[in-house]
Amino acid sequence: MTQTPPLLRETPAQTSGPYLHIGCLPVTNGLSHVYDTPLPIEAAHAGAKGEWITLQGSVFDGAGDVLLDAMLESWQADAAGLYPGQAGADPALSGFARFASDGETGAFSMRTIKPGATQGPDGARYAPHLALWIVARGITAGLNTRIYFADADNADDPVLSQIADPARAQTLLAQPLGEGVYRFDIHLQGDNETVFLDI
Amino acid sequence: MTDRLIPRDRASHPVLTIPEYRSSVRRAPTQPLLSMGSTPAEEHGPRFGHSLIGPLDNNLILNWTRGDAPALGERILIHGRITDQHGRGVPDALIEIWQANGAGRYRHVKDGYHAPLDPNFGGCGRTITDETGGYSFMTIRPGAYPWPNRPNDWRPMHVHFSVFGHAFGQRLVTQMYFEGDPLIDRCPIVATIQDRSQIDRLVAPLDMAAAKSMDYLAYKFDIVLRGKRQTRFENRLEGL
Ligand SMILES: [Fe+2]
Repeated sequence: MTQTPPLLRETPAQTSGPYLHIGCLPVTNGLSHVYDTPLPIEAAHAGAKGEWITLQGSVFDGAGDVLLDAMLESWQADAAGLYPGQAGADPALSGFARFASDGETGAFSMRTIKPGATQGPDGARYAPHLALWIVARGITAGLNTRIYFADADNADDPVLSQIADPARAQTLLAQPLGEGVYRFDIHLQGDNETVFLDI
Repeated sequence: MTDRLIPRDRASHPVLTIPEYRSSVRRAPTQPLLSMGSTPAEEHGPRFGHSLIGPLDNNLILNWTRGDAPALGERILIHGRITDQHGRGVPDALIEIWQANGAGRYRHVKDGYHAPLDPNFGGCGRTITDETGGYSFMTIRPGAYPWPNRPNDWRPMHVHFSVFGHAFGQRLVTQMYFEGDPLIDRCPIVATIQDRSQIDRLVAPLDMAAAKSMDYLAYKFDIVLRGKRQTRFENRLEGL
């Protein structure tokens, strides 16, 4: 056995505060001319294979009030379950999306391709999902959760199956509204508190 | 590519809520986080190429006016290195920063503080780390500013940092503070980190070795992202 040096500790997080749009979404917040090339923040581009969907929702606090200042990021596989960078992955699927609560209504909306089921190196099958990360004023460290689909085959998903209470597992399921539109609300507290993950 | 991430040490991070930081009270989950090992969703992540970055993107003194007129304030260099928990540099990591101007005012529709906007300052910058994990920004020192929390709360001078590694599970948003600022110890946002030695990690020391005579001061801010577990294939894997 060789001695391995002790691990460095991760740099601590701090809240994004309410003005994160300046740094993360300058194009839509009056700073569009600063960068020649905006950060690509659309998960899928024209020609991507699979079913186009729209995810809509809001983030709610413990008083039931909608957050007006949250930013969300999602990361996903393509329709065949391959992540960008993996051999054979769909080149029209960037996999990464960044979107924000509307400053007046709190609603967010993003369009992407419905991901396929993915497979881990150990052979585990993960039901179709997007990894989701949420920051806002008052959120002291970015929160991780997942978006699954109520109309997909979620049997034996290694994460969903760890949630003992079926009502809590429901909080990770986007509900189909028809025409490819899904509703996914996030509740930071309260009776419907979303399951957040220590990934 | 899909080695497991080292589990996150929650004691390295802020607690989810303290009453002194009012906004956190209704925005902190009350149920325990569901503990899971990393999966492919966390082990892969978006990658951004250096072609994204323009020549003034990491120069907040000049990028708002595209070089026409410098921002008002104390000229500083912020530089450092991003490593993983094994101490290895993380190349090609996207860093985005944002900050108040020298008077403590943000260029944001919801910032109502009556300190003036600087016509020469936008407040955002970005860069991608070099092959050693190194990065730098030229900017002006942001002003402290008051905020609606407890009566007469002021934020210490700070720069917001958003960092991507190579894996979505490494995603980090944090803030950099400045050595010697007496407001750090009075700030409830800082106090959400309950480990003093971890707070110190966010306080960038003055770095006179990198300062330039008759031009700018320098502050050094190194960042550690989560690493991947050591495996027997370690020698074949470069970085992440
Ligand atoms: Fe701030």
